[in-house]
Amino acid sequence: MNSGYPRWAPYVLIAPFLAVFVTFMAYPMLYSLVLAVQQTYGPKASRFVFLDNFAYLLTDPLFWRAVRNTFVFAAGSVLIQLPLSLGLAMLLNHNKVKGRIFFRLIFFSPALVGTVFIAVMFGLMFSRDGLINFSLHGLFSVFDPEFPWLERFVMGSLILAALWQFVGFNMIYFLAALQNVSKELSEAAMVDGAGPWPRFMNVTVPAIRPIASFVVLLSLIGSFQLFELAWVLLNNSGGPDDQGLTVVMYLYQKGFISFDLGYASAIGWVLAALLMVFAVIQRRVSLMDED
Amino acid sequence: MAQTKPTKMFKSVGFYGVLYGVLIFCAAITLVPFAYLLCASLKPTDIFFDNLFLPSGDGLFGVAWDQLTLSHFHRLFAEEGFARPILNSTFFASVSGVLATLFSAMSGYALAKFRFRGRDSVTNLVLAALVVPGALLLAPNYQLLYWFGMLDSYTGLILPALAPAFGVYLFRQATINSVPTELLESARIDGCGEIKIFFTFVLPLIRPMMGAFLLLTFLGSWNNFIGAQIVLQTPEKMPLAVAINQLRGVYGTDYGLIMAGTVISILPVLGLFLLLQKEFLSGLTAGAVKG
Repeated sequence: MNSGYPRWAPYVLIAPFLAVFVTFMAYPMLYSLVLAVQQTYGPKASRFVFLDNFAYLLTDPLFWRAVRNTFVFAAGSVLIQLPLSLGLAMLLNHNKVKGRIFFRLIFFSPALVGTVFIAVMFGLMFSRDGLINFSLHGLFSVFDPEFPWLERFVMGSLILAALWQFVGFNMIYFLAALQNVSKELSEAAMVDGAGPWPRFMNVTVPAIRPIASFVVLLSLIGSFQLFELAWVLLNNSGGPDDQGLTVVMYLYQKGFISFDLGYASAIGWVLAALLMVFAVIQRRVSLMDED
Repeated sequence: MAQTKPTKMFKSVGFYGVLYGVLIFCAAITLVPFAYLLCASLKPTDIFFDNLFLPSGDGLFGVAWDQLTLSHFHRLFAEEGFARPILNSTFFASVSGVLATLFSAMSGYALAKFRFRGRDSVTNLVLAALVVPGALLLAPNYQLLYWFGMLDSYTGLILPALAPAFGVYLFRQATINSVPTELLESARIDGCGEIKIFFTFVLPLIRPMMGAFLLLTFLGSWNNFIGAQIVLQTPEKMPLAVAINQLRGVYGTDYGLIMAGTVISILPVLGLFLLLQKEFLSGLTAGAVKG
């Protein structure tokens, strides 16, 4: 059957993307499996070690510290940040709020600032004479005016900085999701005398669930790749006693400071496997919603 | 009736008071770090920590305006050669933004509107690639760039960024939603070539997504840190994100200078966002809403 276009057309259109995709995405993924069973020193020297990298990972205390820290950060992002994003979206979505576009613009703006620049800004804000100590001491005089945030409250500080960066970004998704909430259903529930909490659970939550599960997945994927914020905020290190060491930071240190690309690839595969589990769970949840 | 009305009004006044109160409070928290950053970049070093925001004095609003200085900005350009990283970032972000957007649009269109062998496998590959963490590709790509002789070059930094699976997915959705197949068919009957069809019919119809994705990829490259840190070695080639981090390493406590550099780094992207914000925010959620 003649479909009306020359047969080469789709191939030409897709060729540039596919060439780069195969070279710098598909091939490196396969190649990282090869690297993961080697011990290397830079790109030139390597030797085959089979599963030793993975075996060593299991007993590597620094790796487990990085995993624990990264889980703490991800939990902070999902459990603190996303509810706040949803709350802001629901406030802005209220049908009589004026200046919605203005507020939306302001809340979103931190997401435009690169993570490195945010880390530099928050480095000053968290410093002993910085804005955060000054404000907290001003509000609660018992608060230590020289509290060393980046020494005594490392993961908390990272969660706070990321909160500022991404609350508005995730709010945009929730605002889009709230467009799916049926006004009639919500009003009918109100007429039936349902309180705000039952209305939220039975009308709002089912309507926003498909997008909400997508936002949770995005947020987990992002959180598990935490690197730059911690790296720059903690002066290019894992912080005092490696309290701020993250999985990707450990991968970077092993691969590009100790130059063991093999061990770095093994860490990368553990991370990838974890993210794939999250993606499969999200897929299940969203398929359930379609039924 | 007459009795319930005032209470209801009172209740709603209280409700809106709280609603706007919360919104304005959150907007203030979002904006204060920006104000803090701007003030820090204008304060002379010797009185930096005397005041939190601006130096106090006899001027308007009790601020010593005459003490503010542009000397940090002057030093950045005159002594630190900051024009170079600005040019580097502009070049890197523009080239990778434009090419990545064009490549994604072409392949998204091909996947949406053509039948060809391997179409389904490519679509599935693209979807699978969405969850692959970038960190996994760092080590194998470093090895690959070493083989290609592309380390320490902008080719090595830009090329791997030109196959964003996320972009192909977004443009596939955008084409399905906004390019009618009948239009393409009638253009072909009129004797239009495939390349002309893509540029004169398809691109204008998916313009909103072009704007959104262009900004997204521009931002991604402008703020990219880990890629540049690994691929580039020559100091003159470094983009802004790396330059700021190095500045921080050298002048750890010269906050005025570091904050001036940060102001310069984030102003262009904030400006670009204000220009494209409407398209950007709707494009951002398109993948989630229609996907």
